[in-house]
This record gives sequence, structure tokens and C-alpha cells, in this order.
Amino acid sequence: MAERPTADRTVVPAAEFDVVVVGAGPAGSAAALALARAGRSVVLVERGPFPGSKNVYGGVVYGRVLDQVVPRWWEEVPVERWVVRRSTMVMTGTQSLSVDYRSEAWGEAPYNGMTTLRSEFDSWMAAKATDAGARLVTSTVATGLLFDVDGRVTGVRTDRADGDLRAKVVVACDGVNSFLAKEAGLLAAAEASHHTLGVKEVLDLPPEVIDERFGVTGHQGVDIEILGCTRGIPGGGFLYTNRDTVSVGVVLSLPHLAAAKVRPEELVADLKEHPSLAPLLRGATLREYAAHLIPEGGYDTMPTLATDGMLVAGDAAAMTLAAGVWLEGVNFAIGSGLAAGRAADRAIARRDWSAVGLASYREDLERQFVLADHKRLRRAPGLVLSERIQNRYPGLICDLVEGMFTVTNPTPKAGGLRVTRRAAARNGVKLRELAADTVRALRIFG
Amino acid sequence: MSDTPGDRWRGIAFDRRMATVDFRVGERAHITVASEICRSCTTQACVTVCPADLFAPTSDGGILFNYEECFECGSCYMVCNHDGAITWTYPDGGQGVVFHHG
Repeated sequence: MAERPTADRTVVPAAEFDVVVVGAGPAGSAAALALARAGRSVVLVERGPFPGSKNVYGGVVYGRVLDQVVPRWWEEVPVERWVVRRSTMVMTGTQSLSVDYRSEAWGEAPYNGMTTLRSEFDSWMAAKATDAGARLVTSTVATGLLFDVDGRVTGVRTDRADGDLRAKVVVACDGVNSFLAKEAGLLAAAEASHHTLGVKEVLDLPPEVIDERFGVTGHQGVDIEILGCTRGIPGGGFLYTNRDTVSVGVVLSLPHLAAAKVRPEELVADLKEHPSLAPLLRGATLREYAAHLIPEGGYDTMPTLATDGMLVAGDAAAMTLAAGVWLEGVNFAIGSGLAAGRAADRAIARRDWSAVGLASYREDLERQFVLADHKRLRRAPGLVLSERIQNRYPGLICDLVEGMFTVTNPTPKAGGLRVTRRAAARNGVKLRELAADTVRALRIFG
Repeated sequence: MSDTPGDRWRGIAFDRRMATVDFRVGERAHITVASEICRSCTTQACVTVCPADLFAPTSDGGILFNYEECFECGSCYMVCNHDGAITWTYPDGGQGVVFHHG
């Protein structure tokens, strides 16, 4: 892109910092790290008392993107367990079918996914940024944006006395509620239907009991994703192992939860009592209850990613992938944060941090997994949260398997098609609909 | 609250559930609810979705809200369909919920 220095830029008062990054979650710390490594002056503002104190996630951090943060990151990252068993479970109240994959390779360097605690993981990420020269300011809320007379973003207002922070570029990594993205006009008013509520219980369980019940040893862990456990409210459940705790919870479509008049913690209680999970959790006691919103609308609900003087990354940019078998977020936050940091650095080098000067951010994201995965799977949230997938297929699949494996002597075995037809009819699904959804799924995931 | 019978808080009483969470309560109520607006609301979805169960219907049809044990999740304002009923901000810096096992 051609250099586009503008006269207006030079009359703007000198910025205190090259960049202000708002939010020391994985996106913000990655952005601050990239900028500090490029030699830019960067301040990282966090409203919690420490990074991660406001954050909750639902299962696995996929670490490949950390190769860009530090070589051999697995030797220092605060990991709870390395996920060697990835299980997908569909259930009804009395049935369940699991596809349980196990790989020893996932328990060895360079690893695949890990369970972690966000208070530790996010603090580790932020320390990478401060080690590189970023300045971290905690217990400080960015309450609004600063604009120049032409409406360009020039910094943030904070809740500290004399708390204005001026910068050439603001990187908003202020999470799912991103009031900064909304104030900048990049994100329309919050739409409940694009959000799910995650509620989670972290339960104490001795490490050796976890090892025995989940069939793992030492540093190995398990992640189970569950469909059909939410009383018809679009969403799902999860259960994963930490070192000496297990985390169990549900993710629920916000408007459907409201309409169903069911309290979220009741659905967690349902899940914990399910005959397939209760034996794994017996005797476990509550260590911490938590809740957080998730932006699950996918590619089509993302905000505009850049405006004059500002970029958006992480949850603030709706960069979580909720595509059924794939549930990812922290990796997208890190990937987008690094890209935002690089784009801001390039823009400053060219002395053009207008929306045009910052446009390389989106181009960068489209070339790599962050937007490529989201674009490819843009129809997945709609399918995964659809009525048949949520309400009918878990029962259909369980009945189908039950029909196959229930021995009906002396009645002869029914053929596969007949068993399928019966299971479909019992769950109110027409074979035509099953075929159509199969084609749709192949188009989305194929 | 802890003695509410029935199915709703199976396994653990709700106030014991909330007692597992670290809240650093500030002086300022970061969320306020205009109860007179809530009186005309037929859904009161906030009562159902708030994971901390902070929205309590009152006998006059309004809503009583306590900010102290808030997760700052945003569910309440997102499901609210009455302009001005919920005024939502973050707690002041360093205050509010602190997750240790999030």
C-alpha cells in the first residue's frame, strides 16, 4: 500500500503512547506484545486487579498460535492438563453416545490443546508483553474513547484521576460487551441472539481420582463436549479436567434461555446428575461458580474491524468459533491480537493510522486462520443451534444406536434403513429432512 | 434464600454457590434498574437469565436489583427490551468479580 501521510495527522497533538491496548486478555496481551517487540511504546489497560480476573472460558486452549509468542512455550505456560482425550457426546435424559478420540501425541511436545486457569494463563500472556516492554496498568477501566474534531479516535478516557491516555492507535480488546467498539460505531447495539451465556462450576476432585475416573495419568487431561443436555434451549454442555479440579457447565442461547424460563444453574445441575456424567463427578465439591457471555454469531456478526485510529480484536470482534465439533476462542483472540499489533506497527511506520492505513489488519486475518476459519464455517452456528440439531438429532442418534445394539431375539434383526426410519419417526424427523441436513452439514463442514 | 425448598437449587443452596465467588464490592452501584419501567414489562427476562440471580420481582410488579454479587456478564441488558430500564456500566477499576478458576 502506498504511503499516505496526511497534513491533518501532523497537527494532532503528540500522542503520549504509540498505542493504547484496552483489555489484558489474550487478545490485548498479544497485541501489546507484538507492538512492544516492534519497539513501539504501548500501554495495556486492564479493569480487573490482575489479567484474567474477569475472564472465563469453556474447555481448551489450542496452543499452536503460541508458536508466534515464544518458542517452546509449552515448557513455561501455566497448563493444568494436556488434552489427550477429546470426546463428543450426544445425550437424552437416559441415553448417551460418545465419540471418544485419544491420541498419545497430544500429550507430548509440541502438543495440541491444554486446559488452564485464566487467572494464570492470562497473567502469563500479559507478562510476555511487559517483559517485551509494554506497560501494564491494572484496576483501570477505559470508560470511553477520545476523538479529535474530525471524529478520529485519539485515545481512551479512564476512571483514574487525570486518566486520559492519548495514542496514535487504540486496540480495543475489551471483551464481549465491547463498549469501545460500540462507541466507535464499529458494532451495532448488542443483539442477544448472537450471544450465548456460559455458566460453569469448578469442582474439587483429587488428581488421582481424576486420573482414575477419566483414564488418564499425570499431565494428561480430557475434554468432553455435549449436545442434547439443555432442555431444548440451543447450546450445549462441557466437562473438562484440570489438575485437581474438573470444570463442568453449559452454554445457552440467551434469548431462548429467557423464553424458556429456566434458570441457568438448573441446567448445570441436570448435566451433573446425568447417568453418564454423575459417576465421574461423585463427591466433587464446588470450588468456584462462574458465568460469562460468549459472542457466538460467527463471521456474519463481526463488527467492522478498523476505523480511524482504532482496531478491534478478540471477543470484542466476535472471534469465537462455535461450530459444533470445533469450539475455539482463546486461539482466535491471540491470533487477532498479534495481527492487530502488527497492523498498528505498520500503520505508525507509514504515518497513516486512518482506517485505510490500518486496513492491512483485516487482510492479514483473512490470509490466516482467524478469519479464514470463521468465513469457511460462517453457516455453522446457524446449523448447530438449529431446532433439529438441538432437539431432535440427539434422540434420533441415541435411538438409532439403541436400535442397532438391542438384541430382540426371537424377532429377527431389522435392517439399517428400517432402524433409521424408526428412530427418525420416533423423534419427529422426516428422512427428507435428515437428507437435507446431511447435505447442509457437508456443505458447511466439508 | 438458602432454605428455598424444591428442585431449583439441587445440590447446593444458591447463596452457598455465590459464596464461592470472590467479589470486591465497590461503593458505587455499577448497574441500576428503573423499577417503574420494569412494572410495564411482561417478560422480565432478566429474572431468568441473570446467572447470579440478582433480579428479584417485587410485589408491585417491579424489580429489585442488588449489584454486589454481579458477574458483569451483560446478559441482563442484552435480554432487556425496555430502553432505560437497566443502566449498565463496569464496576470501578479493580472492583467487582474476581475469577480465580475461570
